[in-house]
Amino acid sequence: MYRRRPFGYYHSINPWREIEQIQREMNRMFRHMSTGPRVAPGYPAINVWANDEGVVVTAELPGVKTEDIDISVVGNTLTLSGERRPDELKDGEKYHRRERRQGKFTRTFELPFGVEADKVEAMFERGVLHISLPRAEAEKPRKIAVKSAN
Amino acid sequence: MATKNKELQTDVVEKEEVEVVEGAERTRPVKAYVPRADIYETDDSLVIVADMPGVDENNVDITLEKNVLSLKGYLDFQTPENYSLAYAEYEVGDYERSFTLSDEIDRDKIEATISDGVLRVFLAKAGPAKTKKISVKSA
Repeated sequence: MYRRRPFGYYHSINPWREIEQIQREMNRMFRHMSTGPRVAPGYPAINVWANDEGVVVTAELPGVKTEDIDISVVGNTLTLSGERRPDELKDGEKYHRRERRQGKFTRTFELPFGVEADKVEAMFERGVLHISLPRAEAEKPRKIAVKSAN
Repeated sequence: MATKNKELQTDVVEKEEVEVVEGAERTRPVKAYVPRADIYETDDSLVIVADMPGVDENNVDITLEKNVLSLKGYLDFQTPENYSLAYAEYEVGDYERSFTLSDEIDRDKIEATISDGVLRVFLAKAGPAKTKKISVKSA
């Protein structure tokens, strides 16, 4: 869609390639209706992993320093904020290309349950953040035993 | 799971997938993405900064063939144990991107570092091509 070659493209038309291209574009357009990842409404994009005990939220934050990441949990609301700092350029140094976004970011999520706030753990490794949020004890699913009536 | 601050950052945060080259298919069963990159120039070198979250020094490959510099990062991803994916805004995969170098780069002096998922490639400029200031004399 973006990097269609200006020349050469029309010289060697491969119908299969055309179809693949169209398919790719359709997939992009209908992304929000499919089961694939949704488009993130803000930075950073997050993934949420869940089980009965709690959730793990992951986010890709390449180049962010641990001390610039701020995580807070209030009730069932998780706020992830921080800042991505650019490389400091000296006088006379100049950018040829800038694609990496910089600056402050904040995202707030509502979790489907309350969280044991003092047991929240976060780990930042290789530019990927993992936040583990255990479910509050009182809100864990309980197994109900069914008694027979006689 | 709803986000409250939609209005704050509305620009799309999407990864761009590597387009499959005609006749060539990927041998690994994961998608490949184009890492976003910054390039800046200093007095004596050109620096490529590429985002490769999840990649460390053990799974990155940098190759130089003729004048094409290829940066590849391989996925080393573990799903959190006993958890299943409930909501997804991004996918993970390999990273691939190539740059064509001009003659002013010294092929023998290329260095790279990776930290916090950011790859930095330092390309030293070859001697004669270093910025020269030409003084203009009055005639």
